[in-house]
Amino acid sequence: MTEKVKVRIDGEVISATAGQTILEVARANNKYIPALCYMEGLTSVGACRLCMVEVSGVAKLVPACTTPVQEGQAVATTSPQLDSYRKIALELLFAERNHVCAVCVSSGHCELQTLAQEHGVTHVRYPYSCPRLPVDTTHPRYVLDHNRCVLCGRCVRTCAEIEGAHVWDVAGRGITSHLVSELQRPWGEATSCTSCGKCVQACPTGAMAEKGWGVEEMTKHRTVVSRLTSMREGS
Amino acid sequence: MTTRTPRTPKSTDSAGAAAAEAASTKAAPVAPTTLPPDAPRKLTIHHVSRIEGHAKIVIRLDEEGQVSDTQFHVTQVRGFEKFVEGRPYYEMPSITSRICGICPVSHLLASSKACDAIMAVRIPVAAARARELVHMAQFVQSHALSFFHLSAPDLLLGMDYDPAKRNVAGLLEEHPDALRDGIALRKFGQTVIERLGKERVHPSWTVPGGVNAPIDPSVRDKTLVELPAALAIVQRTLALWKRTVDGYPDEIESFSNFPTMYCGLVGPDGSLRLYDGNLRFVGPDGAMVADQVPPEAYAAHIAEATLPDSYLKAPYYRPAGRPAGIYRVGPLARLNVAERCGTPLADAELAEYRQRYGRIVQSGFHYHYARLIEALYGLERMGELLDDPAILGTKVRAHAGVNNLEGVGIIEAPRGTLIHHYKVDDNGAMTWANLIVATGHNNLAMGRGVLQVAKRFVDGRQIQEGALNRVSALVRAYDPCLSCSTHVLGQAAVVLQLEGPDGELLDEVGTV
Repeated sequence: MTEKVKVRIDGEVISATAGQTILEVARANNKYIPALCYMEGLTSVGACRLCMVEVSGVAKLVPACTTPVQEGQAVATTSPQLDSYRKIALELLFAERNHVCAVCVSSGHCELQTLAQEHGVTHVRYPYSCPRLPVDTTHPRYVLDHNRCVLCGRCVRTCAEIEGAHVWDVAGRGITSHLVSELQRPWGEATSCTSCGKCVQACPTGAMAEKGWGVEEMTKHRTVVSRLTSMREGS
Repeated sequence: MTTRTPRTPKSTDSAGAAAAEAASTKAAPVAPTTLPPDAPRKLTIHHVSRIEGHAKIVIRLDEEGQVSDTQFHVTQVRGFEKFVEGRPYYEMPSITSRICGICPVSHLLASSKACDAIMAVRIPVAAARARELVHMAQFVQSHALSFFHLSAPDLLLGMDYDPAKRNVAGLLEEHPDALRDGIALRKFGQTVIERLGKERVHPSWTVPGGVNAPIDPSVRDKTLVELPAALAIVQRTLALWKRTVDGYPDEIESFSNFPTMYCGLVGPDGSLRLYDGNLRFVGPDGAMVADQVPPEAYAAHIAEATLPDSYLKAPYYRPAGRPAGIYRVGPLARLNVAERCGTPLADAELAEYRQRYGRIVQSGFHYHYARLIEALYGLERMGELLDDPAILGTKVRAHAGVNNLEGVGIIEAPRGTLIHHYKVDDNGAMTWANLIVATGHNNLAMGRGVLQVAKRFVDGRQIQEGALNRVSALVRAYDPCLSCSTHVLGQAAVVLQLEGPDGELLDEVGTV
């Protein structure tokens, strides 16, 4: 019933199921493609542009998390151009808001920090925007620090797709885009929030954290989302 | 070990010294009574070296070339108190520890204590012991840095020593054993901090409510093995200093040698306390001014003035007002304030120190001596803490939310009393912060001390590099951390300016 396709990733011929994305197939076959907005168990949105790959016969780069595999496709996951673009994307994320690892609760457990280290981002070539951004401390158990948000939207999708509460959304456009809870209500006053904390676990950086943890102390259980999804699919 | 006679004028045939003097001071023709028209009237030490942070000293001369006035400026501002507003209070330890790379542990502890107060928790016994232990390690390394790395070039080589070699490189030539001791002692303190907190600088181990991991028995055992060698270093250095200190009669007489009040933490019995205790203020003669002032009541006793020419605020004893409320903190003040140290070796040294200089020691030059006694106390206290089985307790953290909207944490940092005072909203977001740092307390005394030492040594008719160095050395005796005290960003430096009666800049020196 499920149609099988053969693709070539970094030269290796791999058998995949039609409808799978390049990223899913690559990861299932131990091929590493970096990604930040992708999370197993959630809908892919292709927002962070870190999973861009080269596909033979396609003139532009494509995001691996939203591009389905096709029969005979040849994919390159690394190249000097890809490395350069990924580095630029990471640097722009750092330049956009106030990411200060030294005092961050997630330092040492942060996906953005890890990606930067993997890609050799030793400094940022673009001027920092240094925006004045608030910290929402109104929730009794959790805190949202907009300074550390990369707008990956994982919290938005986790809340909508897994918890079904849809507390979170992204408001504004372009550089003014920002996370809002329940149509601009402070998080602590969002009546639809069940305080389940799955958004916190899904957040790749220290933007969402449990209250009370000091620097480097906020470790997250990121498999919780994929585990819930697979259990529901299995039921 | 011999030391160079401190008051010996610098050898004029030393090419290095002459070149350095020429580079650091402009030509000052000698005149018998008054200054010639082209002679310098304003001298600037720009920058004061071998301190932590940026400062500038201006010395003004009158018509006769004598010092008429001095000013001690701290030249940069960082604004920690402002930009932490809105942050969750429990982030404060990690944010404020970034004020300083020399004594981050001091800020971590004071901040954690302020957070404990906001959470209204009494931290577990093991956590209190653990915090005090890392504090003692910090004391030892910081005092070693101040004495050996920053001040020993002046103290062991001599104030007039060739400025090109008046540094650790010169020490290596003339006093290699002392330098090795200093490096080993600082390394010991830093290593203990690293073992406990996993990082030498800015460990994240100390958290609101306690510490985030219990102490491993192997850390205790390794530290206990190394402790005797560290104790031997401090005892050797004390012996060296006791042989050396009396060679500086002029410096003892003129380095901030004036009456002030003194402030420090003491225990219930009046003994020295560095991690926990209540504030005590004593008068210039040792008379009790205020005792057992709990941390949260500090503001009734300490007020802060803003000076027009410095980013460093000037605290004073509130009931006495300014200028009568001038007080000092740090090693000298703590040993004046406390009845005793409370550990046998340090108490024996304290007894000798008081026998030499009296119950209340006034000269700022003796900060060095007091610092060494405190280093001894710190090591002994480490031994006591490590011998206490409670240090290995596994319950090391109290968890709580916001139970007070205000919290004060006070500790004795190596340089003196450190106060962190926070206010938060119901959700735990910072609404206000006030940090009073050791060097701030000493600001007024340092300013007056600069004037005293400049009047004693600086002669506008014949400016000697060694004389200007004494002005810098006075500042070094306080071991100021200007980056902490203004929460300043910058490199270590002080500027010294010499101004004439009309305010014209006559000379500007950055000592090396």
